[in-house]
This record gives sequence, C-alpha cells and structure tokens, in this order.
Amino acid sequence: MIVLPGVRCLLMALFSSMVFAACTRSEISPVPAAVVSSSIPATGDSLVEGTIGEASTLIPLLASDASSHAVAGQIYNGLVKYDKNLNIVGDLAKSFDISADGLTITFHLHPGITWHDGAPLTSRDVLYTYRITIDPKTPTAYAEDFKQVKNITAPDIHTIRVTYDSPFAPALASWGVNILPAHLLEGKDITTSPLSRRPVGTGPYRFKEWVSGQKIVLEANKDYFEGRPNIDRFIYRIIPDSSTMYMELKAGGIDLMNLTPVQYARQTAAKSFTRRFNKYRYPSSSYLYMGYNLRHPLFGDKRIRQAITAAINKDELIQGVLFGMGQKAHGPIVPGRWAYNPAVRDIAYDPKHAAELLAEAGWKEKNSDGILVKNGTPFKFTILTNQGNQQRLMTAQIVQQRLRTVGIDVRIRIVEWAAFLKEFVNKGNFEVVMLAWNISQDPDMYDIWHSSKNKPGELNFIGFKNAEVDRLLIEGRNTFDIEKRRRAYFRIQEILAEEQPYTFLYVPDALPVVSARIRGVEPAPAGIGHNQNHWYVPKNEQVY
Amino acid sequence: MFRYLTKRILMLIPLMIGITLITFTVIHLAPGEPVEMQMAMNPKVGKEARERLTKFYGLDKPLHEQYFNWVGKIARLDLGRSFSSDNRPVLDKIKERLPVTISLNVIALLIEFGLAIPIGILAATRRDTWLDKGITVFVFIGFAVPTFWLALLLMYFFGVKLAWLPISGLHTLGSDSWGTVRYLADMAQHLIMPVMVASFGSLAGLSRYMRSAMLNVINQDYITTARAKGLSERVVIWKHALRNALLPLITLLGFSIPGLIGGSVIFETIFAIPGMGQLFYQSVMSRDYPVVMGILVIGAFLTLIGNLIADLAYAFADPRIRQGEG
Repeated sequence: MIVLPGVRCLLMALFSSMVFAACTRSEISPVPAAVVSSSIPATGDSLVEGTIGEASTLIPLLASDASSHAVAGQIYNGLVKYDKNLNIVGDLAKSFDISADGLTITFHLHPGITWHDGAPLTSRDVLYTYRITIDPKTPTAYAEDFKQVKNITAPDIHTIRVTYDSPFAPALASWGVNILPAHLLEGKDITTSPLSRRPVGTGPYRFKEWVSGQKIVLEANKDYFEGRPNIDRFIYRIIPDSSTMYMELKAGGIDLMNLTPVQYARQTAAKSFTRRFNKYRYPSSSYLYMGYNLRHPLFGDKRIRQAITAAINKDELIQGVLFGMGQKAHGPIVPGRWAYNPAVRDIAYDPKHAAELLAEAGWKEKNSDGILVKNGTPFKFTILTNQGNQQRLMTAQIVQQRLRTVGIDVRIRIVEWAAFLKEFVNKGNFEVVMLAWNISQDPDMYDIWHSSKNKPGELNFIGFKNAEVDRLLIEGRNTFDIEKRRRAYFRIQEILAEEQPYTFLYVPDALPVVSARIRGVEPAPAGIGHNQNHWYVPKNEQVY
Repeated sequence: MFRYLTKRILMLIPLMIGITLITFTVIHLAPGEPVEMQMAMNPKVGKEARERLTKFYGLDKPLHEQYFNWVGKIARLDLGRSFSSDNRPVLDKIKERLPVTISLNVIALLIEFGLAIPIGILAATRRDTWLDKGITVFVFIGFAVPTFWLALLLMYFFGVKLAWLPISGLHTLGSDSWGTVRYLADMAQHLIMPVMVASFGSLAGLSRYMRSAMLNVINQDYITTARAKGLSERVVIWKHALRNALLPLITLLGFSIPGLIGGSVIFETIFAIPGMGQLFYQSVMSRDYPVVMGILVIGAFLTLIGNLIADLAYAFADPRIRQGEG
C-alpha cells in the first residue's frame, strides 16, 4: 500500500520528541523473542529504521510531515517532553514552575548543554525560537499556541519566563517544540538556511549525512547532556512500499519498522520470525470516524445518527479490517489516557434498535428495493473518503453493507486528497466523511469541536454546535487543575456519545517490530521510542 | 539539410511557449492548493498561517502575473523553488534524481532493444513455427504481468529466500567506504532486478514491432532478388532486410528519449529507487506547482528534441525524406 503524502498530513499536534506516540493501556503486549542473553549494555552498532516517507526539511519549525519530525526528534530537544507515562517533564529545562495563578511559566535550563557544533545553549536560543515562530514571515504551521503568549523574558542565560493572559493548559506542552540554534540562524532567512539539510541540534544524535530518497544517517552525540546513546548510528532508510520494507526486514536490511495489521497477524507469527524479531503492540494515538454534515437536513436529527451507529458492528470492522489489531472507539479520547471516560455508554451494535430509532424519526416504510422511504424520498447518502487508504475503503464497504440491511442506501466516493480538502471538506460539500484524527497527548480539542471553528478550512467542518460543549472546552483549556480538566472532558465525552456527531469507529494499534539484537526496548504507555538512547546491541551480536 | 534543421529548430520556440501555457493552466486547474496540503487538518494552524504561506509562495497574485513570473524565470533557466517545506530549488531536486533515472532507463532501453531486435527477427524468420509462438507467449506474459507483482515475487525469491540479490535501494549501507570497484559492483547488483523487471514489460511491444517490420520487408521483391542472386540467408536477413526493417524502430527510439527522464512510480516505489517518477508523483499529490511544471517542461522539451533527432536520423537513413524537403 502506498501512503500518500496527504495522508500523512492528518496530524494534529506533533511532538517530535516522541517517535512512537501511543497511550496508556495496561495490557501493552510485547511478544518476546528469544531469551535475552545475559549481556551488559554495550556501545556501538547501528539501528536501521525503515520509513515510508522521506523527511522534507530538518528544521522542524518548517516541516508539516511526520517523517521530518521523527528525524528531527533525534537531533533536537524541546524545553519539555513527555516521559514514558505521558507526563510532561523537563528536557532542556532542568525544571519549570507554574505560578499559582497559572499565568506564568518559568523554565530553568540545564547548565552546560552544548549544540552539536560546540556552542553553548542559552536562553537566547529559546527566545529566538519563539520569535521566529511567531514572525509573520515564517511559513510555519506551529505559531498558534505561541500567539497566546503575552510576554516572554530571559532574566539570565539559563532562565526563561513566559506570561499568558489567561491560564492556558496546552501552553506547557507547546514548549516541547524543538529549540533552534540562534547563533546559526539569527539574522538569516530561515527558509533558505542550509540547516534544513544539515541540522545542528542539541539532541542525542547529531546529523551526519542525507542521501536524497535513500537514507538519513545520524551519529551518537558523545557529549549528550543525558549521556551518550549506546547505539552509534541511527539510520533512516527510505522505502516507500510496505511490502518491500517487510522483505528488507526479513532479509536483515532494516531493524525497525511499523507492521501493517495483516503483516502482524498473519505473516510474522512463525517461529523463524519471532526468533529474530520482537513485535510490540499498543493503541496508536488516533481514531477513525464517520463525521456527519450536521447542516444537511438528513443528519439534523440525532436519532438518525444514533441509528446509524447502532447499525454498525464495530467489532466486525476491527476483525475484518485490522485483523483484530485495534479497539472500539466511542469518543475522541483514546482509551487509557487520563481524560478518557470509561463510563461513557457506547451505542452497541443492535440493528433492531437502529430500525426503531429510524422509525421514530419517521423512516418507516421501505420501497421495493428494501430502502427506507420518507415522503417519497429514499434514505441514501454518500460516504466520502480519501484515495490511497485501503483500510478506510474496506471500513466504508463493511459499513455500507451493514447499513443496507437496515434499509439505508450508502454510496462510497473516493477522492484524491487535495481535491478532497478543497472541493468537499472546506466547502462543506459532503454528507458523511470517513477520516481519522491523530491526536496529541493533551486532551484539548477546542479546534475540532468548538462551534466557532466552523469556517472553511477549520476543523469543525461538520458544523457541530453545542453550547455546553463550547463552555466545557474553554473550561478544560483554561486551567492547569487536572481534576477540573478531567471533569470537563468526561462530560464532553458523555455529550458526544449521546449526540453522535461522529460515529467513532476504532482506534488502531501501533505495531512496531524491532530486531531481536536490539536490547533494552521497553514498551510503555508512550510507546517504545521513549528510552531509545538506552537501547543497545551486545558486543557479540553487533553487525555494522 | 541545413535549412530543414533551422526550420525545425525555429518551430520549437512557439511549441515551447504553448507547452508552458498548457502546463501552467492544467496544474492550476487541478482542484486543491499547495497551501491546503501543508496546513489542512492541523488544529495548530490559524487562518493567518495559511495567508502567510500563500503570500510566501506568491499564490496571492493574479494568475497571469504568476504565469509571466514563472515563464520569465524559465527563460533564464530558473525553475524556481519547490513549494514543499524544504523550499529547495526545483533544479536541485531534479538534478539529484535525474542520474539514477537516466542510467536505469538507458540500461533498460539498451537491454530492451538488444533483446527485442533479435527476438523480432527470429520470430519473423521462423514465422508460425513453435518458436515464433513460444516467443509470442513469452513476451506477452511480460506485457501482461503487473510490474509490482513480478517485482515482489523476484524480491522474495532472490532477496529473501536465496539471498543472492539485494532487495531494494541502490547501495548497501556502509558501501560509501568501499573502493570504487566494489562500490560499483554493489550498485550493479542492486540494479539487476529493477532493470530486469523494467525491460521485461516492454519486450512485447518492441519485439512485435520488429517482427512485423521484418515480415513486411522480407516479402518484398528486392529480398527475393537478393535470394535469387544466391546470397546466403544470413546476408539477406542481416544486411539487406534488417536495414529497412529498422526504420520504424528508429522512430520508436526517438520517442523513447523523453521517456528516459520519466520513471514509473510503482516500480520506483517498490524498489525504493529515488527517481523522477516518485518525485513527480509526490509533487502532483502535494500540488507542488514549481516541481510539477519544471518536470513537465523539461519532459516536453526532451520530447521535442527526441522527435527532432528521430526525424534527423530518419532523414539520414532514408534519402527520400532528405531530398523531399521543402
């Protein structure tokens, strides 16, 4: 399957310090390979990761694709990062304090951190990163959170103080952006800077080489402030086809990749495979949904939306499309996160209940084709989705078949991504869309659900409008008090489950596989990438 | 001959202008915008960010102004900068991919012609025998087999099972530190499967072409005359017949020249070869106007040059065309 560039644009917030963003669930299931030989962490060797897309620029501020951020995440640091349990902890900042009123955050940098070229990291670099991000001339997608900043100062070379107008919960996480080297960029045009192809950062790996379309090579930063990473080289090999990548994995050409559900479930179960590789599985930070255009008369009635959800068998979708590698979604928060409300009652698969709801809404009679009819109009609509995503197409087809049994005639239309956005989504010219959201660690979802965000190009394109949700969204983002936030988001999930503006379908699992010679991989709520610097290869198994 | 050449070259100018106009119009008619592709579906993007990027790319100017800016630059051989977030000069992006694509295509083309000509001749001279039929079946299998499927099978067999050949890419990791000979041998190994797959698919067309051209010639009177003179069959076929039968193939060769800079997306994707096909596909998908237009213009230019060369070669090979000028 070819993954289109457009598909990769479906990213909400990107936190580049995480290679495999994931979330909490107790039964994270590593499939252990051979018994770990008794060996002490050794340095040396290379880790080769297969990547479908090539990075576009290694100045992360300018990049909007996941591949660029994945590589940049090894080269740069933010002031803060998420730890393995998805708590925000200091990164370049040794510590940070939030004032009692929630309006001021003070970051204290680790002293003695140097850039890869030897220059010291100071608060000047942080100020520069902030200024260049909000500079109207910088073509970046990441200015929004920083625009909430009222004032930023650097009392000394290791301290930064940021003030906001009102408490803003996503603010702390927004300082996870990669800090850029002021001494190399200040006063220069960032869009033509050579750093986009030869970056200089503070991170565990330093840039070595980039061969376009083939590979990006990073080397261990021996002076890394948290200690050098064990593995000497980190190599990204660009292999745009997932079948090819899988064969490269089997042939030993790469050490790490993400499997597709069918590869995970069917093609990697043999002993000969599990002896050589460790497979991991945990929920990804995304969910697939069907969004109803609420401006359309057909979907104005919530009973109709509830009926459609009741007519869809989500378990069947997970089995059929994901080979069981996923779980049902019933709200916009991935299970296991602190903001996830487990008590929300999901609408279960029940075609009879669906028929009752439809009858209540006036869709009682069926025509000769078995399609529901009201005032002479048959019940039919089109599910619109983007080209190039086989899983979405298969999901839509199963949904189509299920809805047919309750008397709804569904068509599927596949549109190429650019046209999909411009002609359909942004113009509100659709009935139902099938799309996925990649979600950030912070539960703030103001941009997707607030009623003010329904203009062309904004993300509440289904036109959802609920006064209580609007209020709760603001409440949730304007406090750092986690209990208050939790209450707000719990209630939002209850409302969304009742209103069904989306039919939330499923949360697919992330399925990384790592060569068994790489040791120290420790799956956690944050995935497997959180302790990459501590991964190692025993001396007698090193191959590069 | 000189007047013919001048006329043909002057003709290229209006054609090129027409090509730039069509290229520009077509890409701007395609729904979707480059800015959308980078900014859409990202909650961290405000309206202002879109406007910022639109302005940065000069997409806020009226269309005709955008066109004249672009053509003006092209006239100075400047293809502009890519709209993707790397913002690199289009020429750089094309230049780093061109050598791979061209060498792969040239090798594949040589193999195609090198195989198709003898196969065609063989099939023509042994017309309707089991050999002819066998060849026909073989080349049509090549024509019908989906490239990606064949590629995957070969990769699995030669790469995973037998481990004789590398599966994808162009170099083994670490080959940069090897000596030149070993480095090139490594690269050659990487090219075996792609070249094999690429040429297999085109054998059918070319060899059938060769076969029919040959048959056409063989049935003509002068061949009968040559045979009547008592010339050996080898001389008749390879000297007298082949020369004339090759004429249509020269045209085909001319048409293949623009194809040399184009690559197949599927094929490059499967073998992880960073060539022009991938670049073009990705640029179209992200509406990277300068790159798309750059590749199209270069492609169109090469097509024109290819046609010109084919015509000249034709004129050279066939006196009737040369003398009938004017």
